Amino acid sequence: MPIIETKNLNLFYDKFHALIDVNIAIKEKGITAIIGPSGCGKSTLLRTFNRMNDLIEGVAMTGEILVGSENILGPGIDLVGLRKKVGMVFQRPNPFPLTIYENLVYGLKVHHMITSRDELGGLVEESLKAVLLWDKLKDRLYASALSLSLEEKQRLCIARTLAVKPDIILMDEPCSALDPIATLKIEETARELKKDYTIVIVTHNMQQAARISDDVGFMLLGRLVEFGKTGDVFNRPQDKKTEEYITGRYG
Amino acid sequence: MRRFKEFIIEKLVFLSGILVILFVCLIFVFLLKEGLSFFKDVKLSAFLLGKYWYPISEPPRFGILPLILGSLFVTLGAVLFAVPLSIGAAFYVAEIAPARIRDFLKTGIEILASIPSVVLGFVGMITLVPWIKAIFHVPTGLTALAGSIMLGFMAMPTIISISEDAITAVPRQYKEGSIALGATRWQTMYRVTIHAAKPGIIAACMLGVGRVIGETMAVMMITGNAAVIPRTFLQPVRTLTATIAAEMGEVVHGSAHYHALFSIGIILFLITFMINITADFFLHRVRTK
Ligand SMILES: Nc1ncnc2c1ncn2[C@@H]1O[C@H](COP(=O)(O)OP(=O)(O)OP(=O)(O)O)[C@@H](O)[C@H]1O
Ligand SMILES: [Mg+2]
Repeated sequence: MPIIETKNLNLFYDKFHALIDVNIAIKEKGITAIIGPSGCGKSTLLRTFNRMNDLIEGVAMTGEILVGSENILGPGIDLVGLRKKVGMVFQRPNPFPLTIYENLVYGLKVHHMITSRDELGGLVEESLKAVLLWDKLKDRLYASALSLSLEEKQRLCIARTLAVKPDIILMDEPCSALDPIATLKIEETARELKKDYTIVIVTHNMQQAARISDDVGFMLLGRLVEFGKTGDVFNRPQDKKTEEYITGRYG
Repeated sequence: MRRFKEFIIEKLVFLSGILVILFVCLIFVFLLKEGLSFFKDVKLSAFLLGKYWYPISEPPRFGILPLILGSLFVTLGAVLFAVPLSIGAAFYVAEIAPARIRDFLKTGIEILASIPSVVLGFVGMITLVPWIKAIFHVPTGLTALAGSIMLGFMAMPTIISISEDAITAVPRQYKEGSIALGATRWQTMYRVTIHAAKPGIIAACMLGVGRVIGETMAVMMITGNAAVIPRTFLQPVRTLTATIAAEMGEVVHGSAHYHALFSIGIILFLITFMINITADFFLHRVRTK
């Protein structure tokens, strides 16, 4: 039973047809990567899963997106609840201009999940430990989050998402602003997290997809051209275009 | 020939720069010279803390505490009235209003900014002053409250447009991050956007206040001009600026009263200068972030 499943998903930016009949089924507790050349609709697809495209004027969608078993395109969907369940990490690390601590408890406050101070502290510690930042930051929780390095900022953003206990984490090229070493570290974190979470990651970097993902989908011009186990897609691509892309003859 | 032209232009630009600085210095020196000599006769503390401003009685008394408090009351009232309203309006314009309403509102704000203060004072005198009199059952509507409200209107365009810029300049990523965590638009506004825009908003308020403190015409028309220490907003007050404007015309050149008015000018200058410096400090923080 997939945790995210789209059925004939189409998305329009006004007239522009950005997603065309996308059918994808994402397994629980694993890493699914989405690859493809620039502008093919990877971010667009990812952002349908937590309905972030709603922020853009003129977006229209048809089809179904089942998260759990609920169609999140259906009427009366609780967006706040959805985004609590489906967290997101962005391309450019975007911690709020607040303290590290406030960044981490932000989601808890927003969802009125705050209980006691101790419990808050516990959650902060837990989420920082999950991204391997606890030892480094435990003594400066009240420093500005903007004082961190890029990599630490990105980890903090992951931790901030973990704090509200989502089921799914969407990552849109989370390493593209980072250097290779920081990239490997974030990948390692992702691998740790997949024990407890479902991760969907968009990446430009095919080696990265090959390294960390269990399943991979290849997109081209708004269509999901190929989807399958990472090993299969990379070793025996079914579609000629996929083959061309992964052997480097594309974008 | 072209070289010569460039040379002339360069020198002219240089000259205008120097001249501006020179004028500022001259004005400043004049202000100090005329103002400071006052303190040969009167102690600074008696000037600042004296409760009575009777410049033409015999002997004259030059205490500007009532005037300082008058300015303070009017300014404080204007801040209490204008700041929350302006920040709300700035958020509405920057974040909520649909494009068409936004353009309409921005035009409205610009029009408000271009109403001459004497006209605002006049409108206030005809409308606001009788209302205050009727609503609060006070002997006169010419009160600190009337001045506060009118000056609030005057400060609003400054506060709104600079705050709006600050809010619009908040990176979209912050808002996206907040929404993605499940925050609503409102939560995002008051938990993230306002923090990110805070330096700019503070600067906007300071500049608005600077405008209020220096304002003369409207306050002179509608605050009643009684140089007594105010206890409530429903009393007539007299501000520092109104005092200078009202009395400078009749003062005997070179008299103690004359010098006292210049000393008030120095005080005003210092206050406005500090406010502008503070505003600058916050604006600078916005730019370097
Ligand atoms: N807000 C928008 N309005 C109109 N068109 C858009 C908008 N956002 C994206 N598009 C278009 O939709 C298509 C898919 O964009 P998307 O950002 O999903 O691509 P992507 O695969 O993530 O690309 P990249 O690898 O560069 O991030 C592109 O052609 C883009 O120009
Ligand atoms: Mg993208």
